[in-house]
Amino acid sequence: MTMPFYASPEQLMRDKSEYARKGIARGRSVVVLTYADGVLFVAENVSTALHKVAEIYDRIGFAAVGRYNEFENLRKAGVRYADVQGYANNRADVRGLGLANVYAQALGTLFTEQPKPFEVEVCVAEVGDSPQRDQLYRLTYDGSVGDEPGYVAMGGQADAISAVLRDRHREDMTLAEALRLAVDALSGTGAERRELTASQLEVAVLDRRRSGRTFRRITGAALDELVAQGTPAEAPADAGAPADAGEPAGESAGAADAESTGKAAEKDTGKSDEAGGEKPAGDADDK
Amino acid sequence: MGRDLPGRLPVEFAYTGGPSFADYLRVAAPELLPGRRPLPPSGALGDLAPHGTTIVAMTYAGGVLLAGDRRATMGNLIAQRDIRKVFPADTYSAIAFAGTAGIGLELMRLFRVELEHYEKIEGTSLSLPAKANRLAAMVRDNLGAAIQGLAVVPLFTGYDPTAADPATAGRIYSYDVTGGPYEERDFHAVGSGSLFAKSALKKRYSRDVDADGAVRLAVESLYDAAEDDTATGGPDLARSIFPIVALVDADGFRELPEEDVAAVVRSVVEERMQHPGG
Repeated sequence: MTMPFYASPEQLMRDKSEYARKGIARGRSVVVLTYADGVLFVAENVSTALHKVAEIYDRIGFAAVGRYNEFENLRKAGVRYADVQGYANNRADVRGLGLANVYAQALGTLFTEQPKPFEVEVCVAEVGDSPQRDQLYRLTYDGSVGDEPGYVAMGGQADAISAVLRDRHREDMTLAEALRLAVDALSGTGAERRELTASQLEVAVLDRRRSGRTFRRITGAALDELVAQGTPAEAPADAGAPADAGEPAGESAGAADAESTGKAAEKDTGKSDEAGGEKPAGDADDK
Repeated sequence: MGRDLPGRLPVEFAYTGGPSFADYLRVAAPELLPGRRPLPPSGALGDLAPHGTTIVAMTYAGGVLLAGDRRATMGNLIAQRDIRKVFPADTYSAIAFAGTAGIGLELMRLFRVELEHYEKIEGTSLSLPAKANRLAAMVRDNLGAAIQGLAVVPLFTGYDPTAADPATAGRIYSYDVTGGPYEERDFHAVGSGSLFAKSALKKRYSRDVDADGAVRLAVESLYDAAEDDTATGGPDLARSIFPIVALVDADGFRELPEEDVAAVVRSVVEERMQHPGG
């Protein structure tokens, strides 16, 4: 039997798409969403050095999932593009849309010209004066661009995460509320659910109240505090999410309190067993 | 620039060099670099463009101060009364220039982007001596223009967060037209009035001065420079134009608010009414 030397363009593109999608689906997810005072980036990322979320320019941030070396190249190219634009013109002239177009062009070229497409998905976020004026662009491996309203989820569980965000995202959320929602969405649902702690998160914001460079990372004690802040308000809304380990520590004054907390936790677990029936599996994933 | 040609990656994607913005510009947009422009073959160009004048810097307990007057001159004319010659370079450093105003401002801008670019690409800041070295390379790039009279000399100050003793973590780096950097102890000044400013500081400066004391010393030294150098602007009380004073300490860069500088200036002027020599 001879090797077929001809493959139709449709077949080639389909194969490439499938390859890229598989690669992206293996990675952990990233969520980008607007809140009252800016744009929040939350990535599930245990590394404190290999970032999935980064600063591009004064009001522009970058988030990506997929292969690290590939999106790192895109990130650096974005910084170069933005810095040259800002240097040649004015800092205010560097816009997210321009950057999204440059990325789209490059990803499109790479997808059609290279034997192996980039296995990445990128979000370019620009913070505006108000949540309505924030811009989130989602770019996929083949160079298509989407202008997303309010939130973007990328990575393996993007669809499930988007569903959670669609139901609960509001533009007037505080930072703590937005973070809680993002963490909740990233934690997954049902059998796949695992609780994410602060040490597994990479969190950053574009803060619209600041002038100049608005990007800042939230790490260490500030992140722990913020995660703890968001927890109590959201906990009752989600029976399947037992409170994070840090939450009761400051509150329980005596043995009686501790006991009742324990009981409540037991009750919660019972409920979720009834509902999902897969709780032990979820616990095992926690490790 | 071929950005939209199908099948070719734009230069920012194809670039494989390091984290230096100036190096990248050399490849991507050399026309934006100050040192790369053709100059007329001969002749002094110094009188064509305004010159910025006096800058002073001094370390104090816990930080470093950088201040400049506001005048730019063109020959015997005052080209601008309220030019800004002192800028933040990044969180922990400040920069100022004396010399040809247009090229100086361009150098300030390029250096600031250089530091920010490195920080974003590498995810960490350059060390303070490395920042000073980068600036030296940029000053050296301007040597051709400097020889024809378009010289710029920066003064770079910073707080070194890695220093063993925070009280002595302020650093001053000076330059000449061929580059540098030269690390200065205690205080330094550049520009046409620097001789007088330095003389004033020499007599009044002490190492244990605090931030407020340093601000007063800086204002006084600029006042002394303005008295004896026509190109240095004194405080303009009628128009409320005062020197720009920047402080860099453990909390980072901050520029002293205008009303604070104004208060110090008024008290210095008041004192000089009684003792003109200070």
